[in-house]
Amino acid sequence: MTKSSGSMSSAAQPRPGRGGEARQGPGNLRSPLGRAIGAGCAKQGVQHWWTQRLSAVALVPLAIWFAVSMLSLPSHDYSTVSAWMAQGWTSVFLILFVLSAAWHSQLGVRVVVEDYVHDSGTKSLALALVTFFHVVVAVAGVFAILKVAFGGAA
Amino acid sequence: MADRPLSPHLSVYRMHRYTVLTSITNRFTGVVLSAGLIVLVYWLMAAAGGAKAYARALGVLSSGLFQAIFLLLLAAFSYHLFAGIRHLIWDSGRGLERRQSQRSAWLLGIASLLLFAGLAWWACLHWAIAGAGGPQ
Repeated sequence: MTKSSGSMSSAAQPRPGRGGEARQGPGNLRSPLGRAIGAGCAKQGVQHWWTQRLSAVALVPLAIWFAVSMLSLPSHDYSTVSAWMAQGWTSVFLILFVLSAAWHSQLGVRVVVEDYVHDSGTKSLALALVTFFHVVVAVAGVFAILKVAFGGAA
Repeated sequence: MADRPLSPHLSVYRMHRYTVLTSITNRFTGVVLSAGLIVLVYWLMAAAGGAKAYARALGVLSSGLFQAIFLLLLAAFSYHLFAGIRHLIWDSGRGLERRQSQRSAWLLGIASLLLFAGLAWWACLHWAIAGAGGPQ
């Protein structure tokens, strides 16, 4: 190994803490090239996994509530729907439903894109669009619910 | 890109049909529900736009095309709900044996079909009342 490859591997040293030290030294099985490229665990998977489960648990009652409410409303005309939407707890649960659905959807669609889109440029673009789409869903949804709740449309 | 197998490495697993089917259906129904967010936001924004804007949107949402879309969304919801609960049970470390997972796959299919049948029946009742000139 020449000097230059040594400096390459030092650039990809694991950050200290969280057991990163354990992967240095003679016991390190990663090739110099592997260390230089630095690909591997991004240490963000747990966050994704956990918030996906949290939003799933939240969505079980919220989505059932939303579906049952939609189907049991006597009518879907403006006065019925806006009066229903403006009730205190309805507004709160609707906002919680929109936010957890947008978050859960974003996590799920992100993984689908990561799995099936292999070209890195297309993948980055698709992931950006997925993010923008879900931010728009969350902001527009909450805005609309609050507007009806506070009677701005009346 | 690379000339090597890339994720999700479908070819390296020895898969039984029910595992493939339940997993990909969960994914597919999830994506369908994600697309359904567009309808949800369209409906909410219409309500925020006042009575006139809402009446226009309701005309669109009451069309036959959207009734079909709502049935599709109800089917996707019925499946994704139970498949998600199955995943949450797996996450607690239970039901991972092959026999158990085969049985829960059957339960998932039956439960989601029953839920969809119930929800679809309920939705059709709604549309029948609206179509008969009942409370619009």
